[in-house]
Amino acid sequence: MWDAEAMSDPVETSMMRIAVTEDDVFVRSQRVSVLPPPLIETGPIGWLRANLFSSPFNAILTVAVVTFLAWAVPPLVRFLFIDATWSGADREACLAGPHGEAGACWAFVRDRLSYFIYGSYPIASRWRVDLFFAMLAFGIGWLLWLDAPRRLLGALYFFVIMPIVAYVLLNGWSLIGLPIVDTALWGGVLVTVVVTTVGIVASLPLGIVLALGRRSSLPAVRVLSTMFIEFVRGVPLITVLFMASVMLPLFVPPAWSPDKLLRALVGIVLFSSAYMAEVIRAGLVAVPLGQYEAARALGLRFWRMQGLIILPQALRITLPNIVNSFIALFKDTTLVFFVGIFDLLKTVEVARVDPKWATPVTSATGYAFAAMFYFVFCFLMARYADRIEYRLARAERR
Amino acid sequence: MARERTGPPRAALLDEPKFRGIVYQILLCLLIALAAAAVVRNVTENLARNRITSGFGFLDQTAGFDISQTLIDYSVQTSTYGRAFWVGLLNTLLIAGLGIVLATVWGFVIGIARLSRNWLVANVARGYVELIRNIPLLLQLLFWYNAVLKALPEMRESIVFGGAVLNNRGLFLPQPNFGPGTGLVALAFVIGIASALGLRLAAKRRLERTGQTIPVFGSSLALVIGLPVIAFLLAGAEVRLVLPELGRFNVRGGVEILPEFGALLFGLVVYTAAFIAEVVRAGLLSVSRGQTEAAAALGLRRRQILNLIVIPQAKRVIIPPLTNQYLNLTKNSSLAVAIGYPDFVQIFTGTVLNQTGQAVEVVVITLAVYLALSLTTSAAMNWYNARVAYVGR
Repeated sequence: MWDAEAMSDPVETSMMRIAVTEDDVFVRSQRVSVLPPPLIETGPIGWLRANLFSSPFNAILTVAVVTFLAWAVPPLVRFLFIDATWSGADREACLAGPHGEAGACWAFVRDRLSYFIYGSYPIASRWRVDLFFAMLAFGIGWLLWLDAPRRLLGALYFFVIMPIVAYVLLNGWSLIGLPIVDTALWGGVLVTVVVTTVGIVASLPLGIVLALGRRSSLPAVRVLSTMFIEFVRGVPLITVLFMASVMLPLFVPPAWSPDKLLRALVGIVLFSSAYMAEVIRAGLVAVPLGQYEAARALGLRFWRMQGLIILPQALRITLPNIVNSFIALFKDTTLVFFVGIFDLLKTVEVARVDPKWATPVTSATGYAFAAMFYFVFCFLMARYADRIEYRLARAERR
Repeated sequence: MARERTGPPRAALLDEPKFRGIVYQILLCLLIALAAAAVVRNVTENLARNRITSGFGFLDQTAGFDISQTLIDYSVQTSTYGRAFWVGLLNTLLIAGLGIVLATVWGFVIGIARLSRNWLVANVARGYVELIRNIPLLLQLLFWYNAVLKALPEMRESIVFGGAVLNNRGLFLPQPNFGPGTGLVALAFVIGIASALGLRLAAKRRLERTGQTIPVFGSSLALVIGLPVIAFLLAGAEVRLVLPELGRFNVRGGVEILPEFGALLFGLVVYTAAFIAEVVRAGLLSVSRGQTEAAAALGLRRRQILNLIVIPQAKRVIIPPLTNQYLNLTKNSSLAVAIGYPDFVQIFTGTVLNQTGQAVEVVVITLAVYLALSLTTSAAMNWYNARVAYVGR
C-alpha cells in the first residue's frame, strides 16, 4: 500500500486549508487508495485479453469457437494430407491410406488430370488447347495490369483478335492443316474456360448496349431493353439454358440447327449480358450530370459523347463490379452441366463413378479438387477487384 | 458575306434529333417484328415436321410418373400433368420459404460475427464467407448430397436416437398424432402470436408517446408458448407419437425427410447465408460512428443503441440487396435437378417436357412461373422497404 502522508506536497496542504474554512463544501482530506496498475495491455497476453477475452460473453464465444475448430480441423487435415494416397494405379491404392484409415485419393486426380483439363480432346492436338490457354493468359494479364503499355491494343487483342484465332485453333480449319475437332469432344477446364471467355467477351459489349438502351430517351428502345433485362434477371439460369437447348433448334430452319455447345453459349451470353447491363448502368448513373452537359456543349453526338466522355469514366467506376460479375459468371458456367456439356464439374462427376476408381473417398476427393480450382480463381479475382476499388477510392480522395 | 437568316438554323431532316429518334425506333421495331415472324414460322414448320400439336391440352392428360415428395394428394395412376405442376410448384415454394427463413437467421449471425470485437470469431466468420462465396453452388450441392449424405450408414446400420432414424435414405422423425383438441391448440397458437404482435405495437406507441420502454420479449414468449400449452392441457393433453419403425428394407411411419431435400436446403442456406452476411455487414457499417457515439453520450446501453439507433438505420441499406438474395435463393432452388429433389424444374421442365415433347408450352409456363415468383417477392419487399424508408423533412 501507498502511504498517503508521505506523498503530500505544499500545494495540496494549502488547498486543504481553504476547504476546511468553508463549511458547505466537502473536500476530501485523505487520499484514495491508488488503483492497481492496469493489467498487461501489450504483448501477446494483452492482445489475447483485448481480442479474445474482453468480456465473459466473448470468453465463452472464444472457447466455443476453439472447441469447434479443434473438432473440425484435425480430421480435415488428416483426410486431405496425412491419410491421403498420392500415387497408385487404380482403386486398390485408395481403399486404405498409409495409416490404415482411407484419406483423400489424390492418385485418382493425378490419373484423370488430363481428362479434367482437356476432356476427350484428341491427344495429338492438345498443344492447340495449351496454346489457347497461353494466349488467354497473355490477354488477361494485359487487361488486368492497369499500368500496362498500349491497353487499347490489349482490348482489341482480347475482344477481337484472340476470339477469332482461338476459334480457328480449337475448332480446326482444314485449309491450314488443322483437323476439325468436334465440340462434343471438348471437355473439362477447356470448356469451363471457353464458356467463361465467350461469356465475358460477348456480354461486355452487349451489356453496354443494353445499359445505354435502358437509359435511352427513345421510348421503344428503353422499353425493349428494360423488358429484356428484367425478364432474364427474373428467371433462373437453368431455365434460360433449357430454353436455349430445347427451343433454339425450333427457332431456326433444321439445316442451321446449332450444336450443343453453341446453344449453351447463347444461353450463357443472354443471361450474363442482362446482369452486365445492370452493372454498367450503375456506372453510367455514377458519372456526374455535368459530364453529359459538357460533352453536349462541345457539340458531341450521342455515340461520340458515350465513347469519348461517359463510358470511359463509367466503366472505370464500375470496374470492381464488372470483375465481381465475372466471378459470378465463372461459377455459373457449372450449370452447362444440365444441357449435356462436359465442363470441369461434369468431368469430375463422370470420373468419380468410374468403376476403376470407385471407392468411398473418390467422390469427396474429386469435389475437393474441383472446389480448389474454382476457389483459387474466384478468390484471386475477388482480391483483384478489392485492389482496384482501393485504388479508385484513393484517386477519388485527391 | 453572311446571308441574312430568319428563325432557327435549319438542319437536314435526318439531323433533326426528334425525327432521327422516330426513324431509329421504327427500324428497331421492324427488325424485331421480322425476327419474331421468322421465329414463329420456323417453330410452326419444325413442330409440324415433328408432329407435335401445340396447345395446353396436355395438362389434362394422365402423368403416369411417380414423385418422391408430394405436399398434396398425387397418384401415379390418375393424376394429370396439371396436378404434377402444382406438386412441383409447392415443393419449390417449400424449399424457398424454409431456405429464406433459415438463411436470413444464419446470415445475420455470420454478418454480426464478422464485426465482432473477438478476433477469432470475426476471422472464422470471414473464412466461412470467403470459402463459401468462391465455390460454385452446384458443386456444393453435389458435395453435400453425393459425398456427405450418401456416406451415411445404410438402412441396416441406421443411427437411432430419441425415436428418430437417420440413414442414407433420409431422416425419419416421430410424427405427433394429436387428439381431438388439435384445433384448439392451433387456435391458441395463432391468438398467442397475434397478441404478442399487438403488445409489441402498443409498447412501441407508448415509447414514441412517453419515452417509456416496456420489455416485451418475456411476455411475448410467454404468450406464444404459454397459450398453446394451456390449451393443450385443457384439451386433455392427448398426444401420441408415431415412432418410425425400422424394417429390413425400409422405415414405416413417422415423418420422412428426403436426403435430397436435406442436401438442397442445407446447401442453399449455407451458400445464401454467406452472401446475406456480407449484406448485413455492409448495412451495419453504413451507419456512421457518430450515431453510435451520440447514442452512447445520451446514456443508452449497448443493446439499446443497437436496437433503437443502428438497426433502424441499417435496415434501409440492407433491404434492397437482401431482396436480391431472396430472389437468388428462390431461383437457385432450381438446381434441385442435379440431386433429384422433385422441385418445379425437375418435375415440369424435366419429366413433363421429356414425356410430352411440348417444349414451347412447358418452357413458357416455367418462365412465367419464375417471373411471377420474382415479381411477387420484389413487390412484397418493396412495400416493406417503402415503410421503413427514410422520410425526408
